[in-house]
Amino acid sequence: MSGPASGKTASSKPASGNQTSTGASAAEQALVKASVRSGWLLSTPALVLLALAAVGPLLIMLVYSFLTPGEYGNVEWGFSTDAWTGILFTRDVFDDTLRLEDAHLSILWRSVKLSLMTTAFTFAVGFPTAWFIATRPQRQRGLWLFLITIPFWTNLLIRTLAINEILRTEGLLNNILIGLGLITEPIQIIYTDTAVFIGMTYVYLPLMVLPLFAAIDRFDMRLLEAGYDLYATRLQVLRRIILPVVKPGIIAGSILVFVPALGAYVTPRILGGGKQMMIGNFIELQFGQGRNWPLGASLSVTLLVIVTAALLVYVRFANREVTRG
Amino acid sequence: MNQTIAISAQNVIKAFGQGDHAVRALDDVSLDIRKGEFFTLLGPSGCGKTTLLRLIAGFEMPSGGTILLDGADITTLPPNKRPVNTVFQSYALFPHLTVAQNVAFGLEMLGKSKSEVTARVAEMLALVKLEPLAHRKTSQLSGGQQQRVALARALAPQPKVLLLDEPLSALDLKLRKEMQIELKRLQTETGITFVFVTHDQEEALTMSDRIGVMSAGHLQQVGSPKEIYTRPKNRFVASFIGETNFLGATRDPMGYRLDCGIVVQAPAAQADRVTLTIRPEQLRLVPEAEGDIPAKITNLVYFGTDTHCHMSLPDGTEVTARLQSPSDGESGLQIGQGIGLRFVPGALQVLEE
Amino acid sequence: MAKDVTHLPGFTTISMTVFAALYLPIVILVVYSFNSGEDLAHWEGIGLQWFTKAWANDQVKDATIRSLWLAAVAAVISTAVATMAALGTTRRGRFKGQTFIYVMINQPLMVPEIVTAVALLIFFAWFKVNLGYQGMGYLVLAHSAFCIPFAYLPIRARLESMDLTLETAAADLYATPWATFRRVTLPLLLPGILAGMMLAFVTSLDDVVITVFVKSAGQDTLPTYMLGQIRRQVSTEVYAISTMLLGLTVVLLVVFMALTRKKD
Repeated sequence: MSGPASGKTASSKPASGNQTSTGASAAEQALVKASVRSGWLLSTPALVLLALAAVGPLLIMLVYSFLTPGEYGNVEWGFSTDAWTGILFTRDVFDDTLRLEDAHLSILWRSVKLSLMTTAFTFAVGFPTAWFIATRPQRQRGLWLFLITIPFWTNLLIRTLAINEILRTEGLLNNILIGLGLITEPIQIIYTDTAVFIGMTYVYLPLMVLPLFAAIDRFDMRLLEAGYDLYATRLQVLRRIILPVVKPGIIAGSILVFVPALGAYVTPRILGGGKQMMIGNFIELQFGQGRNWPLGASLSVTLLVIVTAALLVYVRFANREVTRG
Repeated sequence: MNQTIAISAQNVIKAFGQGDHAVRALDDVSLDIRKGEFFTLLGPSGCGKTTLLRLIAGFEMPSGGTILLDGADITTLPPNKRPVNTVFQSYALFPHLTVAQNVAFGLEMLGKSKSEVTARVAEMLALVKLEPLAHRKTSQLSGGQQQRVALARALAPQPKVLLLDEPLSALDLKLRKEMQIELKRLQTETGITFVFVTHDQEEALTMSDRIGVMSAGHLQQVGSPKEIYTRPKNRFVASFIGETNFLGATRDPMGYRLDCGIVVQAPAAQADRVTLTIRPEQLRLVPEAEGDIPAKITNLVYFGTDTHCHMSLPDGTEVTARLQSPSDGESGLQIGQGIGLRFVPGALQVLEE
Repeated sequence: MAKDVTHLPGFTTISMTVFAALYLPIVILVVYSFNSGEDLAHWEGIGLQWFTKAWANDQVKDATIRSLWLAAVAAVISTAVATMAALGTTRRGRFKGQTFIYVMINQPLMVPEIVTAVALLIFFAWFKVNLGYQGMGYLVLAHSAFCIPFAYLPIRARLESMDLTLETAAADLYATPWATFRRVTLPLLLPGILAGMMLAFVTSLDDVVITVFVKSAGQDTLPTYMLGQIRRQVSTEVYAISTMLLGLTVVLLVVFMALTRKKD
């Protein structure tokens, strides 16, 4: 009665394997195909929109970086690599030789310097903050997190305006310093690199805290007990256990701060007052008074390349962490 | 003959993954499930039993083979066109619908009239004794109640076959025992063919008309609970269901010569070298001189009603006998003591290798 | 020393300082927006005059309406396409090109805003010159595109946390694929869709850089109007507008939190 079922088991393994082992049945394959096709179909509207208003224009920008600037802005259709050499060099009007352009170099250097400083400082204060939130009791944690999220979603312009209010010559900071008798005259903070640095730290801090929190939240606190049990001091526990384990969060936070900081436009525009330019403002200049669209395009492409490189480094790191764990 | 077969799986293969990484969850399985029976697919996790169930339900397509329902080929039919319903392991109750709406879902999808749906839902809720909870959200129910909703929902459209995917695994022991009886009652009352998947041998033995034991993508044996238990076909079935002893033996003109040198009687088999099996409760302990085989007690484990007596045979083979604990708790046996073993006549089984 | 093992010296002090530093400037800005004095330098008591003044300003009113309209349209479009994309990229076997789709969708999160803004300026300038069309279409297109990842992420998260067997169960109970989607998937996905729409709305409402570069003359949104004002002279009017925007953001965020919390 159970003959056909049980009789087959031992005998027919290799024989029947041949007919079907190479491919699934037609119906099974059709199902997989239909699933892939519907996946693409459903994603198409989003892809079209993004190609039209995000990715496509980037490619056209690349083309523009090899054209000649038009007299009143825009471009002339003539091939030129001037926009690319123009990032770092200037052509002497008399003998047509290339010299390093100090003004451009200082803008690029300032951008990189301020972005790195911002990243380092947001980490220095963001890590304790993320740690603090992650070690609150479950019920309170949501509230503390919400307090970080509100500034994150508040308009960048408003936050920059708020820090501007603190830093300006008649602002709170100077008033307090004078009130404390530390200074007699207001000091000039606004429209300096310091102001831009403080402002960027302020506006990008939530971007550091949130991924750090996510990493620390997953951290198994029992590892600390194990560390202390094995005679580690607090500093050793921090350096040898906590920081290595939450490293993916540190990298994510650093990228999330560094990328927008390098491309910052609004914050240096307001707090730097148009004098302390960063790449973002310099790019804008080429589309305004500079009337050099190709240079603006080549600068944008450069910025994009740096950012992509940073992201690729992150992906490499993140993957290595995953495979190692 | 075919009139009595509800589900027929013929040479069914299911491979997951591609090329060299492909894993055969089902490797050429053929099986007939009769109309109106309570059929259980039993096996350890990963043996392919759930895959077979999902193929019958239509949630997945086989990589090869055919599946028939009442003689008609349903291999490539989508699940919504098969008159087969499923009780899921996680119940899969719709969280945004009430109990009654959950039960009505299948009927509505079949386009039944409002009055018919209402009547049938009431009937089903009565069947599983959930009428008072008809308008609750399913998240407010206990595990046992959710289980009943899942049953009512799957039975409402009057499927030809009801598939149950380890439906009792999430319940605690007491509730599980209750639901076992309940399920059996529902099956008898409705007369619907039940295909039940479980890894719990006791569940399988107590509820099923027939059991299919699976392992590593193969159907190892199909038979009634009694057949499976008393006449296991191979080593896997013998060890998966209940506890058992294995004894190596060689064919001998007089019967089989055990590795310890004693010749015993057992049903004839093809091979010269075989494994014999005997259940612990089918071993008798007698004074050393009266036994068929001499043994030495290596350990005694007290289980309340039973005592397990572990022994070693002269060739070193370990065997276990299950003895009823004497009323005074003193068996008179001692570790290290020599003793005689006797087999219950006809209890020794020969296994296919 | 018998303190909690998670305690690290100085961390609490630093985080309290961080929270104070995060909120102090915002609080001061809000407080100043209620200044009844004529200029920013002097505090002359509480008053709503700057709010009424801002509201009486036709430019502000225009920009507000334009901002809200743009955010609403962009949120609806981006959420619609993001919902489809989320359905297309989850709950099915990994397929070739899936990484490409992810990268495309998240592209606006990775590229600096100024770069996208400049690229769009170049791209749309060609159309503006050659088609002669100067309307809101460009802003709608740009905003819809960069809002997509913000709408996509919560919808995808919701889909991934959704029990796939529910849809299997629906199919088992004779529901066609469309009926399964309408009766089971969509109702369960709705909180995720609303949350995504909320984030898309806030993202569009907050945008400055891309809008500045894409807009044609007379198409100021609230943030670009504010930026224009700040370039000249920071006034209490701008503070009043900031306070209103801030209030709106907080309200939307609270709604978002409520929507995403419910799933547990």
